Order: sequence, then structure tokens, then C-alpha cells
Amino acid sequence: MPDHGHVLAAGHDDRPGRFGPYGGRYVPEALIAALDELDREYTAARQDPAFQAELTHLLTTYTGRPTPVTEAARFGEQAAHGARILLKREDLNHTGSHKINNVLGQALLTKRIGKQRVIAETGAGQHGVATATAAALMGLDCVIYMGEEDTRRQALNVARMELLGATVVPVKTGSRTLKDAINEALRDWVTNVATTNYVFGTVAGPHPFPTLVRDLQRIIGVEAREQVLELTGKLPDAVAACVGGGSNAIGIFHAFIDDADVALYGFEAGGDGVSTGRHAATITAGTPGVLHGARSYLLQDEMGQTIESHSISAGLDYPGVGPEHSWLKDIGRATYEPVDDADAMEAFRLLCRTEGIIPAIESSHALAGARRLGERLGPDATILVNLSGRGDKDVDTAAKWFGIMDESGEVAP
Amino acid sequence: MSTTVAFEKARAEGRSALVGYLPAGYPSVDGSIAALTAMIEAGVDIVEVGLPYSDPLIDGPVIQAAVDAALRAGTTTKDVLRVVEAVAATGAPAVVMSYWNPLDRYGAAAFARDLAAAGGSGVITPDLTPDADDSWIPAAREHGLDTVFLVAPSSTPERIAMTTAACRGFVYATSVMGVTGTREQVGDAAAGLVERTKATTELPVAVGLGVSTAAQAAEIAAYADGVVAGSAFVRRLLDAADPAAGVAAVAELAADLAGGVRTR
Repeated sequence: MPDHGHVLAAGHDDRPGRFGPYGGRYVPEALIAALDELDREYTAARQDPAFQAELTHLLTTYTGRPTPVTEAARFGEQAAHGARILLKREDLNHTGSHKINNVLGQALLTKRIGKQRVIAETGAGQHGVATATAAALMGLDCVIYMGEEDTRRQALNVARMELLGATVVPVKTGSRTLKDAINEALRDWVTNVATTNYVFGTVAGPHPFPTLVRDLQRIIGVEAREQVLELTGKLPDAVAACVGGGSNAIGIFHAFIDDADVALYGFEAGGDGVSTGRHAATITAGTPGVLHGARSYLLQDEMGQTIESHSISAGLDYPGVGPEHSWLKDIGRATYEPVDDADAMEAFRLLCRTEGIIPAIESSHALAGARRLGERLGPDATILVNLSGRGDKDVDTAAKWFGIMDESGEVAP
Repeated sequence: MSTTVAFEKARAEGRSALVGYLPAGYPSVDGSIAALTAMIEAGVDIVEVGLPYSDPLIDGPVIQAAVDAALRAGTTTKDVLRVVEAVAATGAPAVVMSYWNPLDRYGAAAFARDLAAAGGSGVITPDLTPDADDSWIPAAREHGLDTVFLVAPSSTPERIAMTTAACRGFVYATSVMGVTGTREQVGDAAAGLVERTKATTELPVAVGLGVSTAAQAAEIAAYADGVVAGSAFVRRLLDAADPAAGVAAVAELAADLAGGVRTR
């Protein structure tokens, strides 16, 4: 499996883990041995039929793959200027999002390496719940780092992780969100690397994580491409996905990279609006630098200090982004745009009302983007949207946003 | 004075060199200058001036608390250079300890130029290994700066050799797998790591992570060329009732540790 399709070959840095000038491995020396070990084991595992068979078996019998593609006719008609909207239903995976695809692979790798303990970071909790699930399934000890602010926003997922046997550690440093949870997880890893594997949640971080997580999420696009061809007889005009760290987006984009006629759109969290400074639109408003072990676009000030991000979606509230997205942006293969909180919540509401599907607030950014693309491309367009997760975890946030509940959680009169 | 001269001076006295860390800008820019200067007067041979960073992933809670406060108070990279200039004027070598992104943002070449102009001796880069980036080493060489990289207990022989070949000034050996912070024990791995490191280089090897007492300094001084203390100094500043008391407490610890490296 090549790192990139032919259209990306020009200017590509051949060093492992590099996407043009992005990626790499900017970490303390103490972690290098573990990253080398992970890279080595992963390289062997991806060529090992027994490993691939075990992963495929789990994805089929435990996760529920392949996930279907659902035609969202009423949403397309009423909310997207008549464009044909197709939803890739990652929300129907066990644990409710695409995250399970990644963690099952990484948990199998952990066992292959011979480690007994996994750690992970989580923002909204989707990756934490998925990791706790895989750890329970495979009998691994599990610690999840979660920003204190996010444990409050996503209390239901904290309960889920603890029911599954994981220990959830609220992180009280910095902005108390995903960025700081990653810092704490990396500190744990430096300290316990002999016994512990870090199950990274997205296509960011030091090599090999951006490649490893991308390959494990690639199945989303591989399935969707076949399903759309079967359903419509042609490729979609555009593929839309939300981008925080960017794993669901790279997962669905990757199978289409060589299809030059398929436009790829990543929708970042615009928060209160990019012009307000309170957002998480890393590619739109960031600059290249190094955060969490890789060079990529990030929100930083003129001193190179990370700027805290803001989004109604805890899962997109991250000031960095995966390095491959930075490269896709620079070479023009994918387009990244911000969607602010209000537009995302309006798309959330519309999908609930037109299709009977409560989407994750993360995925609602992609749905809002699809509405925008519908307006631009018109009723003849087919737009494939990655519905990366379901909205159960976000019901509390949404109910408050729409005034169904007051701030204390009581049903509003 | 260069770090090389400081290590040679300590060796001539039959002891290890004492290296002390504090972040620039805590409790204020001038306050950090006062504390670092007092540290030198009390017997520290080389100072590490920390460049405050928002995401210090190999630092424990003590150092993070101080650098967060320094950033909230508005400490800039220019302020760090001013601290270096002031402490270098005392005659002791001042090296900057910095995560990579603030230097990358400043520009590797520009930072090397400005640090050298401020009288700085070099830079320790905790999250930049020699093979991670092509820009830093040439910039540092051009301005005669030390490039101090870390070796860890988990480092393979090949990586130790690669790392020490890229080091100038000295090599920083992390005594334990973990983050900065004082510890009851500095770790059994340190002596073995120093031995493995010394097999690849003539450079002095300093041991850091966890040193807070004279006894620990003496223990490490028995096999290493330098002993680094950081969190223990920062803790003195965090616990002090006022800045003057913090400076006095830092000086007291420095004198204590300086005694430790002389009792090998």
C-alpha cells in the first residue's frame, strides 16, 4: 500500500513518516525505542495474513463492518439544495463511531508486541470509549487521559469508560482539553514505556501514528467507494468529512485520492467564527510548526506557543491536525473550510428531523459542509458525507443549545 | 566561559560540575535573573535557562506550574535572551533548555545568532533528537553554540553513538524513564547509561532528572562529569513567601548540592 497515490508523488519526502515537509518525529529520545518498535511490528503485521485475518474477523463480527451507505433524500431535498447526499454510516459501528476501526488494530498490535497496558487520550470520549472497549475485549489494562473540561462536557462517556473497566484520569493542566490530555498521555508513556503501548486516537503525533492510524481507517473510504459505485454507477462529485485531528477524514479521503474528479473537503471547527479567534480551524487559520511530535499546521502565536482552541464539539477541539492533511492542503488535493458552531448545530437539527438520525456534533460539521457544497454544486451533484459518529454522547450539549434543557440539565418549561 | 572550560575546571578540582535549571520569567524576568545569579554565586558551575513553553511534555507538574506562570506573565523569547545575557555576564556558562517549536518559530538561524550575541553557550533540546530536523545543528555550528542532545535508558547503542556524535559541549543523560521532578531515588539505570555513553565519546556526560539532595548529587558525581538539578530549584521558588525568600532558598540549595558534588 503506497503512502500516497500517483498525484501526490511530486515533492514527497522519502523519509519515513514524512508528508512533504510535514510529519516526522519530534519527541524525547526516551520514546524513540518504543516508536521504532511500533513501526517495526506494524510493518510486519500489515504483511502478516494471520494478523490481517484476525483484524478482519473482529471488524466483521464485533464492529459490524461493512457499515452501510444511506441515501439521505429528505436531507438532500430540504437542506442541501437538492443535491444527492449519501451518508457513510460510521455511526453504526460498535461504540458509535469510526474510532473502533483504529483501536482494534492497535490493540492487536499491543498484544503482538507483548505489552499488557494501554493508554489513550480522548476529547469527546469516542476514542476513549473505543480503547476501553478493545482493552476489555482483549484483557488489557487501560488508562484514559481526558481534559477536565471534557470530562464535564462528556460525563456519559466517562461513565461508559469506567463501566468498561478503564481508569479515566481528568487532566487539570493547560486548557484542560484534548491537547493537554495528549501531553499527559505522552508523559505516562515516557514513564511506563516498557509495559505500555500508547493507542493514539488520530492521524497526528509522531511517526508511525499518522500512517498507522490512516491505514486502519482507510477501510471507510475503500468500502464507501465500492458502495457508491454500486448505488449510483459513478464516483461521487465530492467527499465531505469533519476534521479535528483528521482520522475519519483521511480514512474516507484516502481511497479517492487518485480519483482526480472527486473533490475532497475537510470541514474544521469554526467555533464562534474564525474572525473571533475562538475556533479550532487549524488548517484555515494556523501556521506550520511542531506539536505533539509532528510538524503540521497548528494554532500558535508568534512565539510558537500553542493557542487554545474552542469548539462546541469536544472531539474537534484540538489546535493541531494530522500532517497528511497539511500536505493535502498545500498541494491542493483537498480543500479545508471552517464551519462554525451555529451552522454545525443547524445541520445537526436538520438531520435529526429529516432522516431520524442523531449525528455526533463532530459529524454535523461535515453535514453543514455538505449543505454548502449542495448550494455550490447544485441538484445534479452527489456528495458523500462521512457520518463519523452518532450523537448519543452529545444529546446533553444539543438539548441545551436548542433550549430543550436548561444549564442545570432540567427540561425547560 | 564555555561549558567545556567549566567541565575542565571541575575535573581539575577532582569533582563533577553542578548544573542548575530555572525557567526564564518566573517569578518575573528580573526575578529569574536574580535567582540564577544567586545560584551561580552559591556554587553552580553551569546554568540552564528554561524557555517557557505551553506544552512541556517531558516536564512534571513543578516545572509546568512555573512555566505556565511565566507565560501568563507575558514572558517572550526576547526575555529569555535577556536573562541569558544577564547571567552570562557573571562569567558562568548559560545554556538554554528549550522545546523545539519556539526555536523553530523564531527561526533556527536567527535564534542561534541572537543567543550567541547574548553570550549564551548552547541549547539543550529535550524533544529534538539529532536526526529529527536538519536546521538546528548547522545553525548552532555557525555560531559556535553547544548542541546538547539527550540519551535515555531506552537508547540503543547505535542511537547513543549517533547522538553523542552530534553533541557539542556535553551529553545530557536522563537518569530514569520519566519526566522532570524530584525523586527518592535517581535510578539504577543512570550509572549504566553513563558508562554506555562514555564508551562512544570524550565529551563530558551530565546526569539529570530527579536530583534534589546533596546525597543524590554525591552519588551521581561518583560516575558522571556533571549533575543537573532543576525541579528542586523551581520548587524552592514556588514555595517561597516572596521573591527575595525564593532567591535565598535557591542559593541555599545550590550551596548544599555544590557540597554534594565535592564529596564523591
